[in-house]
Amino acid sequence: MSTVTKHVVVAGGGVAGMEAAGALAELGHRVTLIEKEQKPGGHLKQWHALFPDRRPADDVRKYLSRRIDNRNIKLFTGISVEKVRKQGHDLHIELSDGSALTADAAIIATGFDLFDARRKEEYGYGIYDNVITSAGLEDMFNAGRITTADGRTPSRIGLVHCVGSRDEKVDNNHCSKVCCVTAVKQAIEVRQKLPSCEVFCFYMDMRMYGPYYEELYRESQEVHNVNYIRGKVSEASVNINNRLVVKVEDTLAGRPLRMELDMLVLMVGMEMSQAGTRLAEASALGRGINRFLETGDHHYGNNLGHVKGLFYAGTCTAPMNITDTISHARAAVTETVRYLTTR
Amino acid sequence: MKLEGKKRVWAEYQKEIPDDHFFYVRSCIRQTFFAGSEQTFLKIMRDDLGKDIYEDPRHTTCTGIGYHGDVVPFETIQTVVARHFALATEAGYKNIAISCVTSFGIYTEILETWKHFPETLEKTRENLFRATGRVFDLPVSISHASDIIYKFRDEIARKAKYNLVDVRSGKPLKVVEHIGCHYAKMFPKHGIGGAEFPHVLVGMIESWGGDVIDYPERRHCCGFGFRQYLVQANRGYSLSASRKKFESMEPYRPDFIVANCPGCAMFMDRWQYTLKELDGITYGSNETGIPTLTYEEMAGLILGYDPWEMGMQYHNVQSLGLLKKMGITADPAKRFLTKDGSRLPEPANLLNS
Repeated sequence: MSTVTKHVVVAGGGVAGMEAAGALAELGHRVTLIEKEQKPGGHLKQWHALFPDRRPADDVRKYLSRRIDNRNIKLFTGISVEKVRKQGHDLHIELSDGSALTADAAIIATGFDLFDARRKEEYGYGIYDNVITSAGLEDMFNAGRITTADGRTPSRIGLVHCVGSRDEKVDNNHCSKVCCVTAVKQAIEVRQKLPSCEVFCFYMDMRMYGPYYEELYRESQEVHNVNYIRGKVSEASVNINNRLVVKVEDTLAGRPLRMELDMLVLMVGMEMSQAGTRLAEASALGRGINRFLETGDHHYGNNLGHVKGLFYAGTCTAPMNITDTISHARAAVTETVRYLTTR
Repeated sequence: MKLEGKKRVWAEYQKEIPDDHFFYVRSCIRQTFFAGSEQTFLKIMRDDLGKDIYEDPRHTTCTGIGYHGDVVPFETIQTVVARHFALATEAGYKNIAISCVTSFGIYTEILETWKHFPETLEKTRENLFRATGRVFDLPVSISHASDIIYKFRDEIARKAKYNLVDVRSGKPLKVVEHIGCHYAKMFPKHGIGGAEFPHVLVGMIESWGGDVIDYPERRHCCGFGFRQYLVQANRGYSLSASRKKFESMEPYRPDFIVANCPGCAMFMDRWQYTLKELDGITYGSNETGIPTLTYEEMAGLILGYDPWEMGMQYHNVQSLGLLKKMGITADPAKRFLTKDGSRLPEPANLLNS
């Protein structure tokens, strides 16, 4: 435990922010955790089960809730950090309700926003009844029912990878890293819940980078008969029966494909959050070409900002999964404590 | 289908269309394909809407077909378009109204090029001056003629003599709309409603009482495509594209097709005859073919214009059934007569004649 108690503000109460706050509090520091939503938990609140083992997301939610159940942490919800600036040795932190805090250090953990699928107009999200996002499918898993807009059980579902990622047209060249494995996980879950439903994944290439991801991908094919078609969906429309019609180029078979589906799930990627963008712009924090926060050093300083005493944790710096987010938050805490004890 | 979702997209792709004072540039091919459409547009603008619209007989082709066929270099077409701008400048007009979708694409492509590569604008000014002694101002606005009809669609609706409604049943007519690729696919921001859910024709149809058909191959190529018809050996490709669209729209039993591009309207009309000859297939209600109209003809019918004066009799698929449905009285016997009773040439092999 640290021998000197300091005040650290953590901006963002998602996975990274909760883990960082918990770790700092555990070391005896006084932490103010600021979350813009009414409840902490970030995007994890919406998720039903997690890859690669399909454990309930609630397990991790409970872990994080316990993590911030510490008397050294003051949690404020429904407000956001709007600006951070150096004031002598301290940081002056302005909040959205007009108040301000002074802190010895701060960690930005403002996370990511899911890509707004309406920007990929050709898929008709927000127009065609049965075009949903991966987050929408999680809602269905949580509700315990996978149905079309008119209440039918789907017999054929398509999952489109890389929606809003690796796509110059929407100015997102980056890979969101988790969409491929999310698609594999969701495809398996659909097959388990609706064994008679065919599932097709339309992908560019499968980026199974994490531990057990490749195994999950293999299981999805060998055990669950998920179909993988290498090709991007070029457009979606509906026929006279309000059934979705998608056009894809199957680049392995080398021919165009036209397929009817009951539901199309768009695997939406990660973008720098609007809250984080606002904070970065107001505080003159550098951002990379992917618009996430630019870190002090890509290899050995990716928790460091360019303002002394200000550190970064989690997906405000780049897309990452929950495992990496927690590790990144812990590393940010290490950097923060080092700063507090040596300044 | 969620209309709200479409409205959100439409709201994102709106553009400033001037209220008055246009320099009109005609199409090099539309006057052959749809002899009366451009004249109808001018008449609507001047007589029904009271607008100032000017055209200069020295205006030429934009050479777009040659450009897309790789026989006219980019430098040349820029100079040709610059000359058109010079004519507008000399006449005191700053708003260009373009009849043809190919020309619209050419004009917007060139203006975007000049914006991003100012040295090409300077070079073009130099080329034009050396060749003709002319100078020009950049136009303040570029509108396709369908943009302008779209802008005034509600005013036209208020003056309507007929609506896009079946007078017998009172139900809206079912309309297939098709925009030209070069209207919005090159630069979605320049097309009303963008490229995926264009609103320019939809807005007219809805304002005038019709229902729009959203069918699976709505976005598919009409079959025009320069290389598909310029190269004779490729025309089967053109035909198969059109056929794909007809088969996709067929279950919806459309009353007519409307397009804002010379090639789209031309091929979706003429290929119906070809498909009948080749495959024995005739689309549309009672296998009479699906009439294919230009948006000027559609607007003209709404305003009570004589379909034969607009040249609709020269479509391959005749519109007699459609006119009857709308309650428009037009004597078929007068289709190929001039006003003074002289005989006009009558095309052979018309559908639904």
